[in-house]
Amino acid sequence: METIERTRPAVRFNDAQIEMAHGAGGKASRRLVEGLFLPLLANPILQALSDSALTSVNGVTLATTADGYVVKPLRFPGGSIGELAVNGTINDLAVSGARPLGLMAAFILEAGFAGETLREEVEAMASAARRAGVAIVGGDTKVVEHGFADGMYVATFGFGTVDPRVRLAAERVVEGDRVLLSGPIGDHGITILLARGDLDLEASLVSDTRPLTPFAEALIERAGSALHWMRDPTRGGVATALNELVRGRDFGVTLYEESIPMRNEVRGACEILGLDPLHIANEGQLIAVVSGEAADGALAAMRAIDGGENAACIGEVRATPPGSVLAVTSYGGSRVIDMLVGDPLPRIC
Amino acid sequence: MKYVDEFRDPKLISNVAREIARTADPDRHYRIMEVCGGHTHAIYRHGLKNLLPGNVELIHGPGCPVCVLPMGRIDDGLAIAQQPNVIFTAFGDMMRVPGTKGTPLELKARGFDIRMVYSPLDALRIAQTNPGKHVMFFAIGFETTAPSTALTLQRARALNARNFSVFCNHVTIVPAIRAILDSPDMRLDAFVGPGHVSTVTGCRPYEFIARDYGKPVVISGFEPLDILESILMILGQLRSGEARVENQYRRIVPWEGNLPALRAMGDVFELRPYFEWRGLGFISQSALKLSNAFAAWDAEVQFEVPGVRVTDPKAAQCGEVLKGVLKPPQCKLFGKECNPEHPIGALMVSSEGACAAYYRYVHRDEPVSV
Amino acid sequence: MCLAIPGQIVELSAEQPALAKVDVGGVKRSVNIGLLENERVGPGDWVLIHVGFAMSKIGESQARDQLRMLQALGEDELAMEEIRGYRFSQ
Repeated sequence: METIERTRPAVRFNDAQIEMAHGAGGKASRRLVEGLFLPLLANPILQALSDSALTSVNGVTLATTADGYVVKPLRFPGGSIGELAVNGTINDLAVSGARPLGLMAAFILEAGFAGETLREEVEAMASAARRAGVAIVGGDTKVVEHGFADGMYVATFGFGTVDPRVRLAAERVVEGDRVLLSGPIGDHGITILLARGDLDLEASLVSDTRPLTPFAEALIERAGSALHWMRDPTRGGVATALNELVRGRDFGVTLYEESIPMRNEVRGACEILGLDPLHIANEGQLIAVVSGEAADGALAAMRAIDGGENAACIGEVRATPPGSVLAVTSYGGSRVIDMLVGDPLPRIC
Repeated sequence: MKYVDEFRDPKLISNVAREIARTADPDRHYRIMEVCGGHTHAIYRHGLKNLLPGNVELIHGPGCPVCVLPMGRIDDGLAIAQQPNVIFTAFGDMMRVPGTKGTPLELKARGFDIRMVYSPLDALRIAQTNPGKHVMFFAIGFETTAPSTALTLQRARALNARNFSVFCNHVTIVPAIRAILDSPDMRLDAFVGPGHVSTVTGCRPYEFIARDYGKPVVISGFEPLDILESILMILGQLRSGEARVENQYRRIVPWEGNLPALRAMGDVFELRPYFEWRGLGFISQSALKLSNAFAAWDAEVQFEVPGVRVTDPKAAQCGEVLKGVLKPPQCKLFGKECNPEHPIGALMVSSEGACAAYYRYVHRDEPVSV
Repeated sequence: MCLAIPGQIVELSAEQPALAKVDVGGVKRSVNIGLLENERVGPGDWVLIHVGFAMSKIGESQARDQLRMLQALGEDELAMEEIRGYRFSQ
């Protein structure tokens, strides 16, 4: 296992209590991970802070990943917690360049939770696993007292083998690379926000939860070593994923604002609520950074996949400004895109 | 989206930008204040500074209700939130704004019932569905938002909803503009007027700015084309030596304002003799309170609040930034102790605040020209 | 200081005359139209929405006039450039 030189600034965790923001994927999450977990658990594999931990065993690179799922409501248009728990973990493996081999699931259930609902969720997990061609090979169950755990929480653990044709790392990203996105942003986050019902907004939106393995495989097949970096922009959205890529690096990313695919409903909801769609969570999108020469072919490969028709080249890697994500508009405006701060909150001013 | 996309048309934007470059006198430095935080946000959000000549400088004004709210008021609101059986409701904007003992979100994390609402009517609905609880709505906003609170209170009275109250922090924009105009270090040439406030107030309240202070005012919309056209109209007035109130946002703003809204405000609110503004200090007749007829729904009457005045840290130079004397990064705390996650000064607390917008949207290494 | 956005009225509420359903880019919400009592609004009209209230009816003709005027700004410029172009070519 090679160790990677990190130039990133050290982060400290001095927070007095855990807030919702620590789980929202933005700056507070980063403080928790890099300021508490990373120094206390320090080891070279963890140091890479990628979606999956990579270890070499007998010449094969093994990818392992774990993810916890808490969502309210448990079922929402286009999916449910069970489906998310399978797709999300498969996707963390896929964007590490790994072919998923198996999953394990740990359930935390609330006393009083309806057996029928649990059956539906396990069925949803089984069907999502079948769709992605992965088996759920083990797990664990715990029950907590009534009033905790919102019915059910699931943690899934996944493992797979990394395709030997690729080496994905932020260090491989260079000026001139292109940033590709698999489809419209914000569907999942806005669907959940609306499904909670307290904003009283209605739209025919569904979550984009799906396995990203077809996209990852097509990109590896087409671009091979010209594929430099992949990420699924979940919590914190595209803005946070790209900021994690550029932070502390000698390059930046420039996004072409109008080329970012987005449904009208997501845009409408974001306009009403004063949210930036780039900060909204996705559960079935993939960002790929590929070399300039390979970009057209890689994009064509993504578009050829069922559900990839709206894939787009949304930006490029530039030398300036280093360490920042910039969005430019066709009329010449530009702005810095920061990481999400806290949970995205609707605003009126 | 209709009435949005047309006003972001690249060709029309370049038309106006070119006309601005042609109208601006290259030998003159223009200092134009956009009063409204919504404009500040839009200017950064759309990167409009790139489209303006270097000698046209935009100064960010006081029109951000979250930013100008003194910390003591937040403490008072949160003191009510900690009373038994109370549900504290507020707009999402307030949720991360710190009082001396934390933000509403932090209080929620400690187990208090704190909920975000999109509309004051949603807060009233929570009261109706929770008859055993008291629901307090922490009201903020300028004249745009005050009528919605007024209508909600009228509805609460009609429903005789006794488990609902409003902690009123509504402020009015004109006294704040006057305070800035009267400030000795004021160096402004003109104002981009607040478009959405003016849907309620109309354009007349700004006439004194042109008449008594000789400064042009153009009431502006919030899309890139609107803001640029307003700047062009201002430059036109300055070039011909005029000072008038003009309405760029004619598709939305009636010259006379919204009479039903003004009537509802008159029914529900009365002017406070004075109110403290963060960064600007006490300004007379600059805020609203519930009138006696609505005392039963006035959280300040119904609850005991500490009412303690909290002074801002001296090192924070919010007042200077608000008046346009300093740019955000010239404040000693900017980006260091004071940042969007841990705001110290008023202008960092809301995404509309000049400092937060600057921090969020402008490249940090960009050289600052004064 | 106030986030307000245009939406189109899709229906008026039969039971509550102060409410209307408004569409913003395919997202619908019920909004209070009590502040527009002096104007006649109905399905198809565009209104400006803030915190669940319609603040103002949007004037289509004013919007059209504004855009036409800004369009003309460019055409004048184009005409000027053509004239200048002729001069250069001579």
